[in-house]
Amino acid sequence: MSNNISRRSLIAATALLAAPTTLRAQTSARLLIIGGGFGGASAASFARRHYPEAQVTLVEPNTQFVTCPYGNLLLAGERQISHITHSYDGLRARGVRILHDRAIGIDAPAKRVRLQGGDTLTYDRLILSPGIAMRWGAIEGYDQAASEIMPHAWVPGDGTQTLLLRRQLEAMPDGGVVGIAIPANPFRCPPGPYERISMIAHYLKKHKPRSKILALDAKEAFSKQGLFQDGWRALYGEMIEWVPGNRDGKVVKVDPRERVLETEFGTRHKVDVANVIPPQSAGTIAIEAGLANDTGWVPVNTRSFEARAAQGIHVIGDANIPGPMPKSGYIAHSTAKQAVASAMAGLRGEAPPEALYFNTCYSHVGTDYGISVVGIFRPNADGTAIAEVPNSGGVSPRGDLPEQRRLEAIYADTWYEAITKSMFG
Amino acid sequence: MLRLAFLGLSLCALPGLAQAQAPSPAAAIAAEACFGCHGPGGQGATGGAAIAGRDKAELAATLIAFRSNERPGTIMGRIARGYSDAEIAAIADFIARQR
Repeated sequence: MSNNISRRSLIAATALLAAPTTLRAQTSARLLIIGGGFGGASAASFARRHYPEAQVTLVEPNTQFVTCPYGNLLLAGERQISHITHSYDGLRARGVRILHDRAIGIDAPAKRVRLQGGDTLTYDRLILSPGIAMRWGAIEGYDQAASEIMPHAWVPGDGTQTLLLRRQLEAMPDGGVVGIAIPANPFRCPPGPYERISMIAHYLKKHKPRSKILALDAKEAFSKQGLFQDGWRALYGEMIEWVPGNRDGKVVKVDPRERVLETEFGTRHKVDVANVIPPQSAGTIAIEAGLANDTGWVPVNTRSFEARAAQGIHVIGDANIPGPMPKSGYIAHSTAKQAVASAMAGLRGEAPPEALYFNTCYSHVGTDYGISVVGIFRPNADGTAIAEVPNSGGVSPRGDLPEQRRLEAIYADTWYEAITKSMFG
Repeated sequence: MLRLAFLGLSLCALPGLAQAQAPSPAAAIAAEACFGCHGPGGQGATGGAAIAGRDKAELAATLIAFRSNERPGTIMGRIARGYSDAEIAAIADFIARQR
């Protein structure tokens, strides 16, 4: 402690004249990032832009990144897989060392990570952005094999799941029923299932107008609910039936062969296409490293994103417990930067910087009908909590506001273009 | 770059120092939130105005006008209401420096 204080006063006292050697030694830190999604790619880009001396290594099994955002527009037939697939070349050009391998074990005390390919990497700080894992079996009968018949399309990987669901929608005859099982909170992308309902309805209205969507939900309420339901009525009439948990909406069992979704009180819904979004947890590596608590998600310091269970490991993205913040791409992007700045400060023996986290999630209700939710969040000083800034943010206004909806659909495209460029450009 | 400012400055303490010193990491992170729609470095994106390098006072005044609903917007009012005057000044300063 006294060492830190004296070093800090020394740097302050001598301004930067005497500091370069010390700073160079400290900033040539080895920053290891696991996971190349919204959290990990954002962390890598930010680290290279702002800490040029740091050695930044990114471990990601996929050679390209397929985004979850705009996957629903692919389901609508409004985007191709190439539109939502991004190369890691931009990060490579920034000087990020990219290893297309899978991290399979973390030795926190030794600061080492084992890779499936056999290598072991050592780090000074680890940024862990492992995404989510499906809790196979949480819905009876829903395992990996079942997901090849009833896709979740919730972890795109190489795009296989999203494309599978799209093909099933294309193959379904007019008059068919699309069943969608939606989990309880918390899960990745709270408004995502409802945008998916909207975008599937958009496709069906255009090509298979006698079809129905049966959305079976474990919850009684959802993100931007009023706005979504206003839009559904306006654009799709009676096509969508949403069944909340208290009206037996919770799917507890599936029969992939019969394409049946069975709810809590034993109602068996036979559907033509089944999209099952199962309960989730933090990515497997976080669980196996003992970073998660019994909820399956990782408790973190809300200011540094350091895992409560291990020093020097900053857990970002959907895997952590984010307080009132949503598990969204924008929050992963925003908190990734704070985690990197905190990691670099930590290596100097300094406290994490002041923090403000930022989120905007756009959803498409129709292709020209966008809605949004905004949140600005601040952690407390000791990193034990996060609060939304009072009287800020919130959802789009309700009412008959066609120009607002039209603009927000355009701004959703803007967001997608800008944020993916910020991450990968 | 950012390391120049690792002297324990807080975001709120920034505005007075903004002329003389490089932005703190806190200011950079707060301002980069804008780039998720206004493009990398604030250079603009289809439908997202280019904000990089605009006058600091003009940027701050625009955000404050969004915050008070004096300037109509679809989303910027909801965003601007999340920030104090000092935070807006620090964000405006950071964006004004982008080229």
